[in-house]
Amino acid sequence: MQPKIVKLDEYLVVDEPFYQAGGDEVEIFESSYRNGLPVLLKGPTGCGKTRFMEYMAWRLQRPLITVSCHDDLTASDLVGRYLIKGGETTWVDGPLTQAVRSGGICYLDEIVEARKDTMVVIHPLADDRRVLPMEKLGMLIEAPPEFCLAISYNPGYQSVLKDLKQSTRQRFVALEFDYPKPDLEAAIVARESGLDRERAELLVRFAAMTRNLKGSGLEEGASTRLLVHAAKLIAAGVAPVSACRSAIAQALTDDHEMLAAVNELSSAIF
Amino acid sequence: MPDVSALEACLDEILEVEFTFRNTAQPAREIACLSEIERNYVINWVRRVASTNVELGYQYACHVVRARAGMEREQVEAWALHAMDTYDREGLRPALQVILQLDDFVRISREKATGCQLQENERVLRVFLHGLSGRKLKIEAAEQAYTDTETLFLPPLLAHLSTPEQNFLLYKVMIAGLWAQTRFGTFRVGLSETLAAQNDPERTLQLFHCLETLRLEAVIARELPGLHRQLGVIRRAIGEAALPSAWERLKAKVSAADCTASDVLAIVCRMPRDVAPFAPFAYQGILLPATADACIAARLEREKILFKVKLKMLEDELGGPSGERQEDTGRSGRFGKREKRVGEMSELMQVELLLDDKPMPLPDDVSQLMSSIILDLGEIPDEYLEPAGPGDYDPAILQQKNAPDDDVWSGSYHEEGALLYQEWDFRRQHYRKSWCAVREKRIEPIYDDFAGQTLEKYSGLVKHLRKTFEAMRDENRMLKRQTQGDDVDLDALVEALADAKDGREMSDRLFSRQHRAERNIAVVFMVDMSGSTKGWINLAEKESLVLLCEALETLGDRYAIYGFSSISRKRCELYHVKHFDEPYDSEARARISGILPQDYTRMGFAIRHLSALLQEVDARTRVLITLSDGKPDDYDGYRGEYGIEDTRRALLEARRRGIHPYCITIDEEARDYLPHLYGPAAYTLIDEVWALPLKVSDIYRRLTS
Ligand SMILES: Nc1ncnc2c1ncn2[C@@H]1O[C@H](COP(=O)(O)OP(=O)(O)O)[C@@H](O)[C@H]1O
Ligand SMILES: [Mg+2]
Repeated sequence: MQPKIVKLDEYLVVDEPFYQAGGDEVEIFESSYRNGLPVLLKGPTGCGKTRFMEYMAWRLQRPLITVSCHDDLTASDLVGRYLIKGGETTWVDGPLTQAVRSGGICYLDEIVEARKDTMVVIHPLADDRRVLPMEKLGMLIEAPPEFCLAISYNPGYQSVLKDLKQSTRQRFVALEFDYPKPDLEAAIVARESGLDRERAELLVRFAAMTRNLKGSGLEEGASTRLLVHAAKLIAAGVAPVSACRSAIAQALTDDHEMLAAVNELSSAIF
Repeated sequence: MPDVSALEACLDEILEVEFTFRNTAQPAREIACLSEIERNYVINWVRRVASTNVELGYQYACHVVRARAGMEREQVEAWALHAMDTYDREGLRPALQVILQLDDFVRISREKATGCQLQENERVLRVFLHGLSGRKLKIEAAEQAYTDTETLFLPPLLAHLSTPEQNFLLYKVMIAGLWAQTRFGTFRVGLSETLAAQNDPERTLQLFHCLETLRLEAVIARELPGLHRQLGVIRRAIGEAALPSAWERLKAKVSAADCTASDVLAIVCRMPRDVAPFAPFAYQGILLPATADACIAARLEREKILFKVKLKMLEDELGGPSGERQEDTGRSGRFGKREKRVGEMSELMQVELLLDDKPMPLPDDVSQLMSSIILDLGEIPDEYLEPAGPGDYDPAILQQKNAPDDDVWSGSYHEEGALLYQEWDFRRQHYRKSWCAVREKRIEPIYDDFAGQTLEKYSGLVKHLRKTFEAMRDENRMLKRQTQGDDVDLDALVEALADAKDGREMSDRLFSRQHRAERNIAVVFMVDMSGSTKGWINLAEKESLVLLCEALETLGDRYAIYGFSSISRKRCELYHVKHFDEPYDSEARARISGILPQDYTRMGFAIRHLSALLQEVDARTRVLITLSDGKPDDYDGYRGEYGIEDTRRALLEARRRGIHPYCITIDEEARDYLPHLYGPAAYTLIDEVWALPLKVSDIYRRLTS
């Protein structure tokens, strides 16, 4: 049987995504790419990792295949599996295989969420062998130079269960992401939501307050993503304190007292 | 009208009149006039109060009818509970005051209804405070509002305004005002020295406090515009007088963005004699420069050392063994700093720490420490960048904060450094608040290869257990005939093709899939270390723990082990054997061997504490397994029904928190109260060591299937 080759044009990023660089991450990614090195993006959720990948894919003009990992994701989900149609079995490539065959960029988001056996598949791709073992087909595919593997990982939720193993992390060039500096973040929020600069700045100030609470009641502070959400609501006419409550506070916690306290913070700002 | 003398007899019995010669005739006559329902209600409460203390019960009986005339049931109950809580906390005399001063209680509860209590809102206010930037400040109750730069002291109750919401806002504004003092340099201007040089230090201090409050209001207006608006609302509601015109002019001056606390102090020192301080705002509290100075001085010394020690640790971690630095090129000069002022809250320096000229990421505790230092000094002085190793400082300075943990009887209420848990009093039908003082203690490890010997002694059983637990680990089943899956189910496919040939519909269930029951369990073992386990029960506990750990290690699940014992509610102790994140290594084995019978068996606190611990763990299934001889017992009344009811209650609480409690009792005979005691939990009785790990494997299996 002949493996089906998937057209990848649809995964090309055509328009330049807006990405505000915070440091030298663009250069480092580019040189890693040119040297065939896999990349690990570290950082809290909603701080621009996905957007960065979109931007890099556009810059490098390679298709971008993103997989959000979850605790049911198996190696077969990445590599591929047989389907049966009209009594015939057909092999269908998984997203990782598609990316390898087409020389695209495969981005595995929140890699630690995936089942442990998926790591076994990515290891040979992430060292200088650069091959993908396809157990079911009994073959190995060699990744072309254009192929690139990137994974992301949030060191914030470290727990024994969800930590990235040394054997994995030591294969990757690591880029550290964090929430952007206040003025950059305000610019991002304003641009993404259409909100005026002044109120975007107030939102960023509010975000800083919630980030101060990390570890004293909140697992994480407000991410840039949540700020963009709140900003969109405010731009659409929702009162700022309500917008912060719905788009930010409720997303951060279910604890009534924490919600009350976070609301007191937003009402101290707006 | 019921028989007064019968009532009297009933009161006599409840109030132990036989021994005390209390005169119950008067209360009996009063109570007799009530309706039957009301009478029973009142008697029931007299009984509950008397269970705490008979004198308290007697006074309650004497006043309850009058109280009931003026208050709703709810309030009368609150009054009784308040009296009992006061008794628990402060003893008989203050508790009697609560009963006797009924009118005060009525007034205060009215105030509480419209006012706002610090205690009830403490967490929200504290989180609010921590959200504002800067040092992590604490909140404590005191008569007047002020700060020593580490703690904000606030009145326990605010009732200036007419609703709880408004009074809450007043707290919020007070907090922001005091926070602003610590955050925007009020105490960084050498206040005490300047004041000492003045003719009238007291007046100068008042003037400074007034003008500084105005400056900080302007800062708050810039930083926290919403809060500044709320301040206006409060001010109008209180009806605060307008500023005298001279102060209005000064206010404009100190409201400039670049005005600092030193500018304010300079203005104040030059103020003409005829300027009088204005009446303080309701939110502004008092300023105590000497208290703040003492606190700052101690902190400066402590934090300087701490910072240097942390740098040393960072240096060892980052540039340590793998770095190419030679030992004796020395430690100096590797750290540097880059200072910049950014953003709006910018009269504060932002400092980036450099290691070998490269910016370095800082752990949270170090960056917090750094901002605390910057708050005091305005910068990180160069001499702070010199790392310090052991021997470079007096370790006592760093320890000052952690009181020695064995010295439990120090402190005003013997509770410093302890966690407080409530306890259920079945006679009162209510909790005793903050009743048990709980501390974690260490076990003296014994390195005697107890574990090795146990494994040898039970080698047959060990093999069996390994198999049992391994079987659980591999509970991956191959699911056949699935609509989706990783592999083709050949049997199904052959059948389906045959069906298709025969013209029948072809099934779409043609795949097989690995089903992995990925267990996500956290288990705590709570082991009875009371004196009553002395002998074979203690040995049985230790041996079964060894066998269990051996078995659990094959599963790879998370588990923790704690021992518990007590001597009265003030010394409730949990002994650490193994935390969740600790490996089961030779140290842990030596601690198991070190599990020795201690004192009494208070069970409630241990269940409550370990439940709280379990809740912090990220797991789908949380299990609490108690190992005990099933005899709750402590010498301060924690025995019989009291101990049983509290233990039962604690198990119920655990249940409600989503924890699965299992109680394993090691004893030779079943006691008839066990079903009641363990009602809310699953329980089992064992009388031999080998049975225990098997019971645990049953529990596991039940949980995962
Ligand atoms: N540096 C940035 N440039 C542009 N937009 C950003 C940036 N950082 C965050 N964002 C905004 O935040 C949102 C969430 O970011 P995303 O990349 O999805 O986060 P992550 O992948 O880290 O969870 C984006 O959709 C975008 O609106
Ligand atoms: Mg006992």
